[in-house]
Amino acid sequence: MLYREAGQYKTTYAADMAVFPILQDRIGIAVILLVAFVVFPLTGNDFVLNAVMIPFLIFALAAMGLNLLTGYTGLLSLGTGGFMGVGAYACLKLTTYFPQVDIIIWIIASGFFSAAVGVLFGLPSLRIKGFYLAVATLAAQFFLEWCFIRIPWLYNYSTSGAIQVPLRTLYGIPVTGPTATALTRYLAVLSIVVAMTWVASNLVHGRVGRMWMAVRDMDLAAELIGIRLLRTKLLAFAVSSFYCGVAGAMMVFLWYGGAEADVFAIDQSFLVLFMVIIGGLGTLIGSFFGAGLIYILPIAIRAVPAAFGLPIRPAAAEQLSFVIVGALIIVFLIVEPSGLARLWQIGKQKLRVWPFPY
Amino acid sequence: MHILYQIFVDPFVQMGAAPDLLVQTLWDGLVAGVLYALIALGFVLIFKASGVFNFAQGIMVVFAALTLVGLHEHGVPAFVALGLTIVVMFVLAVGVERLMLRPLVNQSDIILFMATFGLTYFLIGLGQLVFGGNPKVMITSDLYLPSGAIEFKKFGGFVSLQKIDIAAVIIASIMVAVLAVFFQRTRIGRALRAVADSHQAALSVGISLEQIWVIVWFAAGVVAIATGIMWGARSEVSFSLQIIALKALPVLILGGLTSIPGAIVGGLIIGIGEKLGEFYWGPLLGGGIESWLAYVIALGFLVFRPQGLFGEKIIERI
Repeated sequence: MLYREAGQYKTTYAADMAVFPILQDRIGIAVILLVAFVVFPLTGNDFVLNAVMIPFLIFALAAMGLNLLTGYTGLLSLGTGGFMGVGAYACLKLTTYFPQVDIIIWIIASGFFSAAVGVLFGLPSLRIKGFYLAVATLAAQFFLEWCFIRIPWLYNYSTSGAIQVPLRTLYGIPVTGPTATALTRYLAVLSIVVAMTWVASNLVHGRVGRMWMAVRDMDLAAELIGIRLLRTKLLAFAVSSFYCGVAGAMMVFLWYGGAEADVFAIDQSFLVLFMVIIGGLGTLIGSFFGAGLIYILPIAIRAVPAAFGLPIRPAAAEQLSFVIVGALIIVFLIVEPSGLARLWQIGKQKLRVWPFPY
Repeated sequence: MHILYQIFVDPFVQMGAAPDLLVQTLWDGLVAGVLYALIALGFVLIFKASGVFNFAQGIMVVFAALTLVGLHEHGVPAFVALGLTIVVMFVLAVGVERLMLRPLVNQSDIILFMATFGLTYFLIGLGQLVFGGNPKVMITSDLYLPSGAIEFKKFGGFVSLQKIDIAAVIIASIMVAVLAVFFQRTRIGRALRAVADSHQAALSVGISLEQIWVIVWFAAGVVAIATGIMWGARSEVSFSLQIIALKALPVLILGGLTSIPGAIVGGLIIGIGEKLGEFYWGPLLGGGIESWLAYVIALGFLVFRPQGLFGEKIIERI
């Protein structure tokens, strides 16, 4: 009744092609942005911002990056953790050499380094496909991980081998480092994620996105209709790695505040891949759903026995959460293989015809 | 010039100067390769018959070894424990087929792949919950596996072969031979090959896919037990073995996802290449290159043969 496009006429092609063609969708997005930018900072405490919102947004960005590659272009990659690491280490080196430049600029710029590395490891994708490619990207993952440990120049020769995030300010307000408040870091993360989501949305709705999807559906046929495969696939690798790199830089600089190489281990790649699959392949909104579910689920499962006052050892709770998450993933794949984004679509469709579905 | 010399001349000079070390390294590589090949074998069995890229093979190895050792710790005699472990793997195979594969039939590859991920998490949690997360010692002597080493005085020095490694190579060879006979000569083996060729054609001649899946998952489980015993005897039974299992992936793609001989040849190439590379070229790069060298070797082969050395040629039609 409330959510219906009846009476909303479109008089131009531009209006017809809009990302949010329905007025209620636009209102919804505005409300979400308002909540994220105004309500959360005003009401949320440090714990919520630090332990839930910041990681959620960062993982959503990483998942979006992988989704551009795996969901939109059909190239399965297990190197996400490595590409995120490239972003983080590039950002550290940049801000070490040029400390006077705003850190936000370096966080974005570090994505370009990640993109370059991504293109390099994406080169075999022209010949190698499917699971063969997935294992080939593992080469990137393990090689990059090895670099993060073995090349002391990357972590500024610190004795522990860990990244120490220095204090950096934006217009006099500390954004990174020990004195930055959760609120400023949250706002920085949110602004970057919103901006990059907007860019991604425009990419996938435009010519580039169409090319990617054509390659995903069948790369031979795509080649026949005049899409240059090498360029398209490498572009997907570049953009995807760019997103992952920025996510990695934000993860270290705006969330952890310091990190070792094992943050970017293979587990991280798998985690992000989970988010993409559970959220829905080839949907941007799915990246957010997936990140939310996969990141928050273990926390919630661990919190449940404590909430009911059940006497359970922390170790057992941890192990139980593994069992439950594993089982849930299988159940979820059986129930809805197309991911949470599909459920969202079904829900919206139901809402459109509500309350008279016939 | 100096760096070129270090890369292309120096290692070979070293090999010539100390042949005993070379032989030792080759042997280490051979054993590692055989063990990688065993894990890869489990992958191939399942991939051939059901098209599922079974990521959980690594954790199945750990789980099998843990069950074996855990049961023995509770006072079960070693060989009874082995029998019970086989039963556990059978139950696992049936459970996987009933609860996971059957409802997911006809889904795309990546969904099935993800489901085996869920299985991995599930088995990690279950294994830790039941048997605890601490590393355990494999019951080598109770299973009458040899320990200790044989030393040869050859090649101008010592070459020492661990007896357990020799046993591993023998057991692996027997296992591969048995599997080959099973695939070539028995009725079930023929059915398995039929399913691997084409699911629909196999169904149309009356082969039950469900049964076949249980059988291959069980066969992969048995391979996992053997692998678990061997890996466990060489180091210890812990969840970190699962990372080693990731090494089976380059073996797999190097040999070709669908080929059993490929898994073995791939395992040997990766195992020997990795050990030689680490020993002779590793110091140039600061060591530790073992962690990624296998993947790079596999990548190098794949660029020239995208379907792996022995894989079926990928034919694409519009």
